[in-house]
Amino acid sequence: MSGAATLRVEGLGMSFGGLKAVDQVNLDIPAGKVTALIGPNGAGKTTFFNVVAGFHAPTSGKVFLDDQDVTGLPPHKMARLGVARTFQTTQLFPGAPVMDNVIVGRRLHTRSNVFDAVFRSRRHRREEDESRERALEELEFVGARDLADVLVASISQEARKRVAIALALATEPRVLLLDEPAAGINPHETEGLTDLIRSVAVERGVTVCLVEHKMRMVMDLSDHVAVLNYGKMIAEGPPAEIRNNPEVIDAYLGAEHDA
Amino acid sequence: MGSEGMKRAATIGVPLLAAILFPLVVDNPYLVSVAVTAYVTAIAVYGLDVMLGYTGQLSLAHAGFFGIGGYTVGILTSEHGFSFWTALPIAVALTSLLGHLIGLAALRTRHDYFAIFTLAVGVMIVIVIERWESLTGGTDGLIGIPPPTSIGPLSFTSLNAQYYLVLAFLVLTIYVVWSLMHSLVGRTFLAVRNSEDLARAVGIDAGRTHQLSFVISAALAALGGALYAPFLGSIGPDVGDVPMTFNMLVYLMIGGVASLPGPLVGTVLIMGLTQALTVVQQYEMMVLGPILIVVVIFFPQGIAGQGKVLFARLAGWGRRR
Amino acid sequence: MTLFFQQFVNSIALGSVYALVALGLTLVYGVLKVPNFAHGALYMAGAYVAYLMLTTVGAPYPVAIAVSIVVIAAMGGGMEFIVFRRLEGKSSVHAMIAALGVLFFLEGAANVIWGPDFRPVPTPLDGVVTAFGINITEQRILVIVAAIVTMVGLYMLLKRTLVGMSIEALAQDREGALLVGIDARRTALLTFAISGVLAAIAGSLIAPLVLVFPTMGAVVILKAFVIVILGGMGSVPGAILGGYLLALAETMAGTYVAFAFSELIAFALLVLVLVFRPTGLFQKGV
Repeated sequence: MSGAATLRVEGLGMSFGGLKAVDQVNLDIPAGKVTALIGPNGAGKTTFFNVVAGFHAPTSGKVFLDDQDVTGLPPHKMARLGVARTFQTTQLFPGAPVMDNVIVGRRLHTRSNVFDAVFRSRRHRREEDESRERALEELEFVGARDLADVLVASISQEARKRVAIALALATEPRVLLLDEPAAGINPHETEGLTDLIRSVAVERGVTVCLVEHKMRMVMDLSDHVAVLNYGKMIAEGPPAEIRNNPEVIDAYLGAEHDA
Repeated sequence: MGSEGMKRAATIGVPLLAAILFPLVVDNPYLVSVAVTAYVTAIAVYGLDVMLGYTGQLSLAHAGFFGIGGYTVGILTSEHGFSFWTALPIAVALTSLLGHLIGLAALRTRHDYFAIFTLAVGVMIVIVIERWESLTGGTDGLIGIPPPTSIGPLSFTSLNAQYYLVLAFLVLTIYVVWSLMHSLVGRTFLAVRNSEDLARAVGIDAGRTHQLSFVISAALAALGGALYAPFLGSIGPDVGDVPMTFNMLVYLMIGGVASLPGPLVGTVLIMGLTQALTVVQQYEMMVLGPILIVVVIFFPQGIAGQGKVLFARLAGWGRRR
Repeated sequence: MTLFFQQFVNSIALGSVYALVALGLTLVYGVLKVPNFAHGALYMAGAYVAYLMLTTVGAPYPVAIAVSIVVIAAMGGGMEFIVFRRLEGKSSVHAMIAALGVLFFLEGAANVIWGPDFRPVPTPLDGVVTAFGINITEQRILVIVAAIVTMVGLYMLLKRTLVGMSIEALAQDREGALLVGIDARRTALLTFAISGVLAAIAGSLIAPLVLVFPTMGAVVILKAFVIVILGGMGSVPGAILGGYLLALAETMAGTYVAFAFSELIAFALLVLVLVFRPTGLFQKGV
């Protein structure tokens, strides 16, 4: 099971009490391409991600990975099927070196159990070494290899974003969900990150879907854009179309989103 | 061996040597007894650390598992003629199974409900022990628990022999915990403790991880209890009671969570002090309470706990020195 | 049939005590989101202070209760100020451990001051009232009446005063409450003090009916936790209803089944609920 996958949601709905955070959304996220999910604050984008990645079971609708119904599967099962997801702020071990954080991403591809661990079996030693190597490769790919032994707490915000992507890539995903990957970094760094994300889709053949507020990044990066407002999808299409869509402009009226 | 290696050898070798020489140098059976009690308790406290320090959950049923381990060995050896060496693995396996079943129910709830649930379980265990008189001797407990049977020329009837037996198991426990925590499995525990959401997002089954951690902690508690019963020769319900869990928690917090020497240091230190200063015993709870509060507020890592350093050291495994 | 009504009436007195203890616990839980394991010790301290006032000082009963209320309210507030305030923002496990530390200290102190023995508390009300073939001791009547008065007072406090409304706001929607400028610390302090008042009333009312001993809070607090989890954390009606229902279930089981069984009811209920509904019966926001 490898190679980019398509992600499709049909009639997806997520309600909390009486509040409809996501309302009847239909979306096709094409394989190997970069799709951006935009919309004003509170439009339901992060909730959408949470549902797709398995952190909430949707109150209605379905989620399909390629043609497999994955609706309601918990996050770790989604990860095992190849849906990786980053968070805006969390790191695994803020007080530990970068390597320690990325290597955990290899766990789902290892089979060592308690007994392997305690008795230091050959399988365990092999998997330890392999995990370490793969983690270094991912760090290399995101351009953070020389930070491997540096404590996460001491690296820059931009580096943390790269490390988060390395961690997600370590799981060998087919779909990568990025939650505001460029939050809190300057325009120059944003450009660098944009290049990185593009290479994830192109060079690694991973389907990328990102939530972002930085419009220039979205326009530069995405093949496809979907717009949410109040939980509903109001527009979908190539970036140029979306940019000039009057409904989209309406929804954003008054908000500054240029990067 | 570089200087790093020598330092490591020293931090393990010196205390180990001291422990080995202890009964020979100190010709005081009372102190040796205290040491044995401290060691078996420390084994259980390592189990508590696996839950609390490494997986971030507070299990208040811990002494209950200690008690079940002890009672199982006690009942099997004194009333059914089992040999200690058969009864021990049975006790550990049985308690692990019980821990697994309880975990299935308890670990689906959030951390504070889990603590309350395990508190209730701990109380229930004691109530069952006290009520099931035909099995456990009720509030009077069991007496006449024989020491471990001899293996070949090695006899375990003397105090010193029992001391070394328990010490051997303690060293084994420490090795197992060390080995586990510096492994892929250990990283999984720590990941779940630090950020359960992110751990899930990278494919870690947090529920299974908590479950495994709980079973290991129950097994270690049972091991401690299983060694304690034949040493003491008797066992009563207070050994598994909730105050005992609280004591273990104090030893762990003071010694240092998520650290290798922590559980041992904390247990030996506090137990040693309270035994040595018998006049203080009456005030034990009154004093330990505020100490626990101070520790958890200002020194949550305890004496030996070095949370950050531990994580930094984790990066060292696999690397050439 | 008379037995049934007799036990029913007895269970109301027991339920009143459970409800009061559970109320104090649920209020603190709602505001702080941490289970206060030391709450049972407040109840125990309330009983001991009343005992002290009644025996050593020889004060009249209302005075004993009043003193107990004041002292335990101060203790409760002190707990928040000295201990829990310093753990803001840390994980709930830290706060739980600190609560255990407080429990240790209070139980240890009671042990040191009064020793571990069970002490009977002299009661000024030793009459028995008989109506419709049912006996009820005057003490029990006092317990029920006092509990109802307290609960009404609490209701007024929560719904009509700023303090009370702040407590409810913080419990229901912490972020929203902070946004509208509610002082979380002051409210927490007052909530703890109120929980102390409730515990003191329960403890000093129950004292003449049971014996006082240092660990008397232990079993009660466990039941209070069951009630709070079943009724919903931070839910006042849940605590009250749960308290009376549990007392009823226990009394009836104790009468008609077996005494040993009644003790385990609370725990059995807890296990059942948490197995099937790990978030508790009535989720009042997480």
